[in-house]
Amino acid sequence: MKQLPVLARVFAYVSLLTVGGGMAAFPELKTLTVDVHKWLTLQQLVHLYSVGQLAPGPKMMMVVPIGEWVAGLAGAAVVLTAFFGPTSLLTLIVGRLWGALARWRWRASIQKGLAPVSIGLLLAGSLTMARAAITDWITATVAIGALVILLLRSVNPALLVLGGAIIGAIVFLPR
Amino acid sequence: MTEIAAKPKISTGDIFLEFLLIGATSFGNIVPYLRNSLVIKRRWIDDQGFVELMSISETLPGLNATNVAVLLGDRLAGLPGSTAALVGVCLPGALVMYLAGIAYHIHGERPIVTAMLKGVAAASTGLVLATIVQLGRKSLASIADLVFVVVTVLAVNQLHQSVPRVLLCVGLIAVLWYRPGQERARRTP
Repeated sequence: MKQLPVLARVFAYVSLLTVGGGMAAFPELKTLTVDVHKWLTLQQLVHLYSVGQLAPGPKMMMVVPIGEWVAGLAGAAVVLTAFFGPTSLLTLIVGRLWGALARWRWRASIQKGLAPVSIGLLLAGSLTMARAAITDWITATVAIGALVILLLRSVNPALLVLGGAIIGAIVFLPR
Repeated sequence: MTEIAAKPKISTGDIFLEFLLIGATSFGNIVPYLRNSLVIKRRWIDDQGFVELMSISETLPGLNATNVAVLLGDRLAGLPGSTAALVGVCLPGALVMYLAGIAYHIHGERPIVTAMLKGVAAASTGLVLATIVQLGRKSLASIADLVFVVVTVLAVNQLHQSVPRVLLCVGLIAVLWYRPGQERARRTP
């Protein structure tokens, strides 16, 4: 039970870094959950993130099982609230002010400036993940294959993740 | 103001159910599902308004899907609408991942599961990279933008600086680069 405030603090903090997408916060999520609090291993974190791509809805629901592992149902509820509460409140407030902010000349500057930085953060997060997920030429081929297919064709990404599971089962299962 | 008053009132329950449906049926990228449901099916917002909500969502912390839910819910029915949309869009995925987490804890060490997850993680990496390439194509337009991307990546991955520090430092420089009155050559989206 004494883990609940820690969970709340960690996930509220991490959520404030998800500028541009959940992946932007991945390096910080890894540092706090794997290195500092040792709630799970890097491999487990990458697994949860990847399985999360198959779940419906917003793509960061992988935070829920971390809460569940640390403190059961209460942990899951705390993590969910901490991860989505503060950013939603901020969005609600800024959304109501947005029209008034149109006259503020820095609004466009902030949007233009943050766009490349958020893409950089997303890229940094995905490279952190790639280091753990790409371990040999087979995993590299699967990753590059998925990347190329998605850039050339409009395929549902979830199908490609399922394809990855099938390839994994065929190639990596020890016989 | 009269046209807003003339609109039929949208109930909080309606908002909750629509977002619950999106939350339960959207696999892969959620944005097309949001647009399909909110712009085309329900006509709660027009395309231009939807693009504006997306642009606010991308600038702020938080996931695009939940931020759009919060913003549209608020515009349709205030704070209750906003809360209903947020809870609706999150609930199905959260439930699925709650159960998946328990299953992973029990069966995660089985060889078949480990083998499959290795493939899943590799494919997900490709997927995340594809999303970033698509986002970059849309919003990176100058050499300066590319420099900001590279500096951000190097600061996080090579210099091991924390994400908030990088966000503040590089973000501040980039915002000042695009400061008002400074018309940098830039394609408008």
